[in-house]
Amino acid sequence: MMELAPIFTWIHDLLLSLGLGPTWTDLISQIGLAVLVFSLLCIVALFLVWWERKISAHIQQRYGPMMTGWHGVFQTIMDALKLIQKEDIVPAVADRQVFFWAPVIVFTCAFAAYIVIPFGKGLIVSDLNIGILYIIAITTFTIIGLLMAGWGSNNKYALLGGMRSAAQAVSYEVPLVLSIMGVVMVTGSMSMNDIVAAQSGWAGFRWNVIFQPLGFVIYVIAATAEANRTPFDLPEAEQELVAGFNIEYSGMKFAMFFLAEFVNMFTVSAIATTVFLGGWNGPFLPSWIWFLGKTLAMVFLFMLFRWTFPRLRVDQLMEFAWKVLLPLAFVNIIYVGVMSLWLKW
Amino acid sequence: MAEELRTEDMTVNMGPQHPSTHGVCRLVLTVDGEIIRDCVPVIGFLHRAIEKMCENRTYAQCIPLMDRFEYCTSMSCNWAFCLAAEKLGDIKVPERGEYLRVIMGELNRIASHLIFVGVTPMDCGALTPFLYTFRERERIMDLFEMTCGQRLTYNYIRVGGVAKDIPPEFIPKCREFLGIFEEKIRDYEKLLVDNPIWIARNKGIGIITPQLVYDYAISGPSARASGVNFDIRKNDPYSIYDLFDFDIPLGTNGDSYDRFNVRVNEMRQSARIVAQALDQLPDGEIRAKVPLKFKPNPGEVYSRIENSRGEMGVYLVSDGGPKPFRMRARGGSYNHLQAVPHIVKGLKIADLVAIFASMDIIMPEIDR
Repeated sequence: MMELAPIFTWIHDLLLSLGLGPTWTDLISQIGLAVLVFSLLCIVALFLVWWERKISAHIQQRYGPMMTGWHGVFQTIMDALKLIQKEDIVPAVADRQVFFWAPVIVFTCAFAAYIVIPFGKGLIVSDLNIGILYIIAITTFTIIGLLMAGWGSNNKYALLGGMRSAAQAVSYEVPLVLSIMGVVMVTGSMSMNDIVAAQSGWAGFRWNVIFQPLGFVIYVIAATAEANRTPFDLPEAEQELVAGFNIEYSGMKFAMFFLAEFVNMFTVSAIATTVFLGGWNGPFLPSWIWFLGKTLAMVFLFMLFRWTFPRLRVDQLMEFAWKVLLPLAFVNIIYVGVMSLWLKW
Repeated sequence: MAEELRTEDMTVNMGPQHPSTHGVCRLVLTVDGEIIRDCVPVIGFLHRAIEKMCENRTYAQCIPLMDRFEYCTSMSCNWAFCLAAEKLGDIKVPERGEYLRVIMGELNRIASHLIFVGVTPMDCGALTPFLYTFRERERIMDLFEMTCGQRLTYNYIRVGGVAKDIPPEFIPKCREFLGIFEEKIRDYEKLLVDNPIWIARNKGIGIITPQLVYDYAISGPSARASGVNFDIRKNDPYSIYDLFDFDIPLGTNGDSYDRFNVRVNEMRQSARIVAQALDQLPDGEIRAKVPLKFKPNPGEVYSRIENSRGEMGVYLVSDGGPKPFRMRARGGSYNHLQAVPHIVKGLKIADLVAIFASMDIIMPEIDR
């Protein structure tokens, strides 16, 4: 069975033996890892776009993309190439600086979350001791980008979309964090590696979802809203706001929003995997395959939501967050607290 | 001194190229955040002067124009015009012709409601039912294509009868469709009617009271969803509708949810009518002998039929010549659109989209 961590250790040792010195070796291996994670995520995002199109097509009794490559696997690459060639249109009335930086922020924040995601045994760029806090903070930053896009476009629909996204993010961040808090309470650490290690018993099946099913459900619902997916995709409700915050964007800037959206979906799935589904733990198969499998299963769940549910209205969304999810999240925390005192989890 | 903070309403131009205005309707909205303070529909983007063009064409040449009057139920539009022309010319349609008209008209009603059942969830964010209903609509389109060669604008119903007899394979194909259709309707209901999000979005939203129905002359399923039991097929039967056994589905609350359910149930009733018509289909002529230069008696008539969107009426004035002196057509959507601003004030933009869709407003009928 192939574990990937020894390969990285081997490369690291090789660089050391070349006489580069520890500082340079660390720098080179960190940059190498960053490039590796970035390119991996780009591939994942491209794959997810294609996958979503295929899943939606099969749910809707269509084929989806079929022309480019086997069952259209190269479709997203072709689309990206097309978008690169497109003219980059900036509206005359737009706030140019804000308009320019919005997609950059969204894109960067979407990718920055992966610094602390453990892709497999030993496969983590940097094991911060506040890992989960860092992820929550950096993914919330995306909202600033959306708000900037809405404001900078100087378009009414875009502004409505941006305002919606800000309101939504603030509301759903709270139950999201509280649902993760249950796991942090049990683990006693915010480090992603510790959270995964705490779930390693029972032949790799001692998952938090078994102990905190309510927390998991709350997380999935809040994460759907966090990733702006149906039934909570109000910021980009095309039937109401035409396209929402990205209405004025074209070309590569649009592609950055688009890719960031899919990377965000992968992020929330990866967090769900790490925090609730045992991370890379699992018997027989290499750890990174377990991680990818579980994460893609979560992504599949989010995609199923999107293609089967109608969308909530903006006030119902708020009501649901504050009146249903938040109390439930508190119930979950009390439950976890009582159980960990009583049963000594 | 602190600067005085104030907010102001925003004017949003929804349409004419908005994805959920069903054609090219323009709604000028005054919104306070997400709440609609005022809504002014602007119509006329799809004006084709059908009524004026009819004055310069013979009666037979008017029928293709009526296809374009409202392209989701072209059969009914043909039918309404021919009914008026036959009234003017005192023409008796042969029995088989009447049966074929009923079969086609009801199939077309199902096709139109299928578009509604697909598009309305799409305006609420559920994209999948659209593809499902279009799969079933495709079978109806195939039946029409088999009969008259066209899939959208049929020009099938003619003055005095219908253009062509149905091919022999029509009846088994149509029975096959009716056989699977009930199951498919249940699929749509499972996807939507019992869905909590769908209920939250539509129940109690956009209520049309019976009083509002009378005030704005709202007709068709939108009126029946409010509990107003008026269906021209029952209350003022035309053609041979008095021979068939069917129910009129009624709503109670008059909200978007009821309007959806009434249309879903109407599809069931239309399928019942088609099944009965197929069973009773007599042999014989399909078209009365109408002279090529059809010159009706001078006079004026108004004839109306129950379209899938409401009352579809045609007012014809003849001066005894081969062309109508004046043609005026009425579609239900015009009245429905007028009621929309009345309903949506104080609601959210998302509600406006849901209500607009649930009224089944279609623009060519309004702009003509």
